[in-house]
Amino acid sequence: MSEPIDKPQASRRRFLAGAAGIVAAGATGGAVRADDKNLPPNVAGWTKGLGEGVVARPYGQPSPFEKDVIRRDVQWLTASRESSVSFTPLHELDGIITPNGLCFERHHGGIAEVDPNDYRLMIHGLVDKPLIFTLEDLKRLPRVNRVYFLECAANSGMEWRGAQLNGCQYTHGMVHCVQYTGVPLKLLLEQAGVKPNAKWLMVEGGDAAAMNRSVPLAKALDDCLIAYRMNGEMLRPEQGYPARLVVPGWEGNMWVKWIRRIKVGDEPWYTREETAKYTDLLEDGKARKFTYEMDAKSVITSPSPQAPVKHKGFLVITGLAWSGRGKVSRVDVSLDGGRNWRAAKIDGPVFDKACVRFYAETEWNGEPLLLQSRAIDDTGYVQPTKDALRKIRGVNSIYHNNGIQTWALKASGEVENVEVG
Amino acid sequence: MSKWANLAAAALLMLAAPAWAQQPKPHSYGVGTVATPEQIAGWDIDIRPDGQGAPPGHGSVKEGEKVYLERCAACHGEFGESAGRWPQLAQGKGTLATHDPVKTVGSYYPYLSSVFDYVRRSMPFGDAQSLSNDELYAVMAFVLNLNDLVDDKFVLSKETWNQVKMPNQSGFFDDDRKTAEKAFWNAKPCMKDCGPPMKITGHAAVLDVTPQDPAASDKTPRKGGVD
Repeated sequence: MSEPIDKPQASRRRFLAGAAGIVAAGATGGAVRADDKNLPPNVAGWTKGLGEGVVARPYGQPSPFEKDVIRRDVQWLTASRESSVSFTPLHELDGIITPNGLCFERHHGGIAEVDPNDYRLMIHGLVDKPLIFTLEDLKRLPRVNRVYFLECAANSGMEWRGAQLNGCQYTHGMVHCVQYTGVPLKLLLEQAGVKPNAKWLMVEGGDAAAMNRSVPLAKALDDCLIAYRMNGEMLRPEQGYPARLVVPGWEGNMWVKWIRRIKVGDEPWYTREETAKYTDLLEDGKARKFTYEMDAKSVITSPSPQAPVKHKGFLVITGLAWSGRGKVSRVDVSLDGGRNWRAAKIDGPVFDKACVRFYAETEWNGEPLLLQSRAIDDTGYVQPTKDALRKIRGVNSIYHNNGIQTWALKASGEVENVEVG
Repeated sequence: MSKWANLAAAALLMLAAPAWAQQPKPHSYGVGTVATPEQIAGWDIDIRPDGQGAPPGHGSVKEGEKVYLERCAACHGEFGESAGRWPQLAQGKGTLATHDPVKTVGSYYPYLSSVFDYVRRSMPFGDAQSLSNDELYAVMAFVLNLNDLVDDKFVLSKETWNQVKMPNQSGFFDDDRKTAEKAFWNAKPCMKDCGPPMKITGHAAVLDVTPQDPAASDKTPRKGGVD
């Protein structure tokens, strides 16, 4: 990596000083400490001298001042980092597209480092002609571009029994939204010729988990993709380079990364991932299976515990909303814990099964608020409260927690994850 | 041509034309190569509940104990009780409807194939697909025995596959959210004075389990998980 213009040591000190300033200043309107040498009437150093030339940074990286905008994990959640999760820093982002390097990770056997020359996708089973595609084969075929959210079914899974993690990165950060470029799975299946009695697919990864799931053939023919690009460039290794399955609107576990094999069959396989895991255990000890759709959900990303309010006065409340059943049609925001609501403004594109960005403007004068957001999709589904979900499902189901999140904004400007009732 | 034949031909056309228009013959791009039986055999490792895909071979509980102690016990515990946060494999019977459900091979998995297929493809963790078929059958027989599902003399093979009865096979039902949670589809959600004023009933800060520094994440074990 290239040497940044501003020396890292100096940057780090300044950043830390700035961060401390925020906390000390609280909501009293204090600004982050700046270096007077760079402020008017003085002329800043970067205005006087030349910066680095082109290709000093052949693959551009964020400014060193943004070094805290990173994925983070919660080590007590899992036994090892090879089978674990890291979270998207939602509180640091805006718009609807997640930068590739910040998309949350969920691996079950570490990041497979696949040589694209040795990549193969096999389609077999109930087909006329079993086929193997190379990456070059996939890239030769007609392709489409689609923006979709991807949410792990266990996103917010730590919050079933009450507020637990203090930050939307941890409570909601198992979601990301990017533009995929890929081949419709329907087109690939047509090349092999699916037999009339086929009803299901078994999709399998090439990583050390060889992750496998059953996918209904109807879904595969509807809108699934074999994607090899995200946001224009090739998939990142953490996201399944060189090719992954895209299952729009459905739980992330089905979006098999490093996909190596698709077997066509007439029944589901009942793999470990769709029985022992990714089934939703209810209070009576019975479990829902094949709970594919990710229901409408939203979260305020700022203010949030990792993004406290630094100024009294004008305040923009912003967040993300998404639905696995269609388009987000409206997002409501409440300042009083869900007693009164108003529609937020959605800005930017609204795609099917993708994230939308919402904004609600207010004046804040230091009074404590209970901030909530509520997503409504074009099927008429309204994001429920956490208590409404618990009433039906109990607290043991881990997955599919799409309940309304409450952030308590305190007089100090700090924000805390709370439960209300 | 008779009038009848003309009518019949017209009717056929009317039936055939729209169907063809809706479903054009899939275009063949001539991309991809035919997979040989040998290529398929090397990757075709999945197993269904009915045993389809189960490999040849067999293994006894006794043989499985040896494999298990060498290859599995470090993470899963000598009796399947789990070491640290690795998955527990045994016990947990009768816990699914309690506040502390323990999901194991015996208490939760619906089919033998669900665990066999998983172990075959991904275990031992870090040395996947290294067990021979006989070792696989043996270690599965041992894990079933840990769960009191087969006796000490049991030998697992394709032939004895169907003798294994998994207790929680009927513990699952198809997604019923559209009916059970029908109330969440609400054309007119409340916008004003919805119930009494809300009070804070729980604080994340009380538990204090949020990592404060990305370089030194907190390690206090808590309820809940990602898988």
